[in-house]
Amino acid sequence: MRVMAQTAMVMTLDKCIGCHTCSVTCKQAWTNRAGTEYVWFNNVETRPGQGYPRRYEDQEKWRGGWTLNKRGNLQLKSGNRLQKLFGIFASPVQPELDDYYEPWTYDYENLVASPATDDFPVARPKSLITGKDTKVEWSANWDDDLGGTANTDEKDPILQKIREQSEEQIRLEFEKTFMFYLPRICEHCLNPSCMASCPSGAIYKRSEDGIVLVDQDRCRGWRQCITGCPYKKIYYNHKSGKAEKCTFCYPRVEVGIPTVCAETCVGRMRYIGIFLYDADRVTEAAATPDEKDLYEAQLDILLDPNDPEVIRQARADGIAEDWLEAARKSPVYAMAKELRVALPLHPEYRTMPMVWYVPPLSPIVDLLRDQGHDGENPDVLFGAIDSLRIPVEYLAELFTAGDTEVVTNVLRKLAAMRSYMRDLTLGNEPDESIAEAVGMTGSQIQQMYRLMAIAKYDERYVIPTAHLEEAHGLEEMGCSLDVDGGPGMGQMGGLGEASGRPTPVAIENFNALRARQTSEDPTGNSQLAGRVNLLNWDGQGNPDGLFPAEQGGQGDAGGRR
Amino acid sequence: MSSVVDILLWGVLPYVVLLVVIGGTIWRYKYDQFGWTTRSSQLYESRLLRIGSPLFHFGILAVLVGHIVGLIIPKSWTDAVGMSEHLYHIVALSTGTFAGIGTFVGLALLIYRRRKTGPVFMATTNNDKMMYFMLVVTLIAGLATTIISVFDHSVPNYRETVSPWFRSIWILQPDVGAMAAAGLSFKVHVLFAFALFMAWPFTRLVHAFTAPLHYLFRPYIVYRSRDRVTRSGSVPVRRGWDPVGTQDRDRGVRRGGSTRREKAPSGR
Repeated sequence: MRVMAQTAMVMTLDKCIGCHTCSVTCKQAWTNRAGTEYVWFNNVETRPGQGYPRRYEDQEKWRGGWTLNKRGNLQLKSGNRLQKLFGIFASPVQPELDDYYEPWTYDYENLVASPATDDFPVARPKSLITGKDTKVEWSANWDDDLGGTANTDEKDPILQKIREQSEEQIRLEFEKTFMFYLPRICEHCLNPSCMASCPSGAIYKRSEDGIVLVDQDRCRGWRQCITGCPYKKIYYNHKSGKAEKCTFCYPRVEVGIPTVCAETCVGRMRYIGIFLYDADRVTEAAATPDEKDLYEAQLDILLDPNDPEVIRQARADGIAEDWLEAARKSPVYAMAKELRVALPLHPEYRTMPMVWYVPPLSPIVDLLRDQGHDGENPDVLFGAIDSLRIPVEYLAELFTAGDTEVVTNVLRKLAAMRSYMRDLTLGNEPDESIAEAVGMTGSQIQQMYRLMAIAKYDERYVIPTAHLEEAHGLEEMGCSLDVDGGPGMGQMGGLGEASGRPTPVAIENFNALRARQTSEDPTGNSQLAGRVNLLNWDGQGNPDGLFPAEQGGQGDAGGRR
Repeated sequence: MSSVVDILLWGVLPYVVLLVVIGGTIWRYKYDQFGWTTRSSQLYESRLLRIGSPLFHFGILAVLVGHIVGLIIPKSWTDAVGMSEHLYHIVALSTGTFAGIGTFVGLALLIYRRRKTGPVFMATTNNDKMMYFMLVVTLIAGLATTIISVFDHSVPNYRETVSPWFRSIWILQPDVGAMAAAGLSFKVHVLFAFALFMAWPFTRLVHAFTAPLHYLFRPYIVYRSRDRVTRSGSVPVRRGWDPVGTQDRDRGVRRGGSTRREKAPSGR
């Protein structure tokens, strides 16, 4: 047994309202740069829908993740090492820009610069790739809220699969349709296939916290990781020629604050904590023969942080006490393993993903009440789960490789929580039989209720900090995204933009401040060019541009004296 | 007796080229790891790339092997195993022409794609254009040597001129006379190749030097400690003999002070 720590996330899908705040704040923080216009480290998909990039779940086409070879060993679905190397000159199944979308902006300039005409000036969409006029036809969430899904639902790989299997028509007619939101970030897998695909060995998993990162200096742009990742969460920066991915906001997590997407989630549906897992058994677990056993295998390698044997081994493997403490308080461990309500996304890819989801219980209570039932009566609730609006089969294809029983059990727990807590709230004796019916105890249900309904900031995010004694190492640590337009913008090596060493943050800050103080006014008022913006002036000394330049010509003739 | 020009071209220039290639590569590797990439354009277009790129790359690898065999194996060796000169040339010519034409067609396809696909052309730098130019002229000159040798039998056999000269470079005894006696087409090809090699470390061609053959042997899953990650950042990797202690001050020194010393307020 070798104990390692893994930073992980749980998302409770019932609480996702599909507002895309996580996507937007993530983009502002990380991919608001040239070369990553089309990149969303965090995106929110409406399911059913095609996802982003389109139909990424169709692994027969995209060949992401792992498969078992004839001898029962793990092998990349896109081929063995030799096959990967032979395909390096033209990656056989890499998605093109059209599979994501062509990023665009609008010609806003025209709105203010247009001469007076009879018609209103318009801002035409311009492609950010070619700079030419473009027609906006797709985006990262084009089919948001089922927009157009009635016409494209055939293209949802999961719907297709369920239809083939069950021959049953899943209704997408307006009155009978269903939908829910699925926010996705990098899964920071225990057995990442992107990493295994990387010819350069530039993708690595940090041994302290399990965050998967791309070493921007060692990435050579062979782009095999893009094929390798079944979630298509590695992106190619077409300007720098390097792969980029979600960083789990490691600069934030290192100091104990949650990722941007979690921090800004208005539904408070994200939980961050750590797992302890047995690194020696990851490959074995990922090679479990039956896909439907993968969920159990994945749970199995997560170690109990209260087990003295685990604690002893964790100490021997150099895990600090505060990390062990965090592991004991971890909300993700509680939801994934103790309560068993959080499920991994697509365990059948065999990557051991570490972002978990509590599947959505459809708005079932209201529905039952409208039908004249007691919506919180456990018998009624349990019975209704099999006929939920969101088909259990669909959820099972997402979270348990098609095993509907696991999903049903989770949904029954969520329903049981409602019934059990109703008695408590009304001041009645709690009915323990409700808890027992779903294999839980009353206190477990209350723990689950507390976590899911009222957990405060420090209960939702239990993030041990990186160690102080390592602080010097972290200081000025290069950000993997210190590239043109990013935090380290302004660097310019001898071999064109984005070449050369990243600029240290302190120097960048200094340059940025100077640029802000002296740059042209954003409104384009050239008279103010080079002038100090007094709002940013630190009150010290007399920098250039504090006073207007001495005027030539007329000003000279006038009464300057 | 060799002329001054011959000595400069075939005695001095090869070492200048070697110096630039080796020195330039080391410099780039140390200075510009972030720019060291294939800069693949497959995201924009892959239909033509799927044909052109493998054709070019496998072709040029075959050409490389052909050059190594032709330049390194002395004539006496093939004579010793009883291979006639005629047979040798038939083999060399057939495989070489095959590889050369494959490379050429691949390169032509890639250049066509680069020019005709809007986003790919937008992403083409001047550096790329120069690189393509040098690749093309070197390749054409190389194909020309083959064609000229086939039709013009007065051209001296390269195995008695270019090859001995090439081998002599590596033992630091350049046989200037041998190369001076070679046919003009060979000389032109070699000079274009020199120019290409000198540009090599400063173009995207450097990706060839990091061909990922170690992928065949490394473990699938890579763990790396956060502590050692600093090598990718702006804090320089410390050498073993550096003193232990606070290292944040040396940044300003290394950057020539301009970053730390702000312009002193002049006061009024």
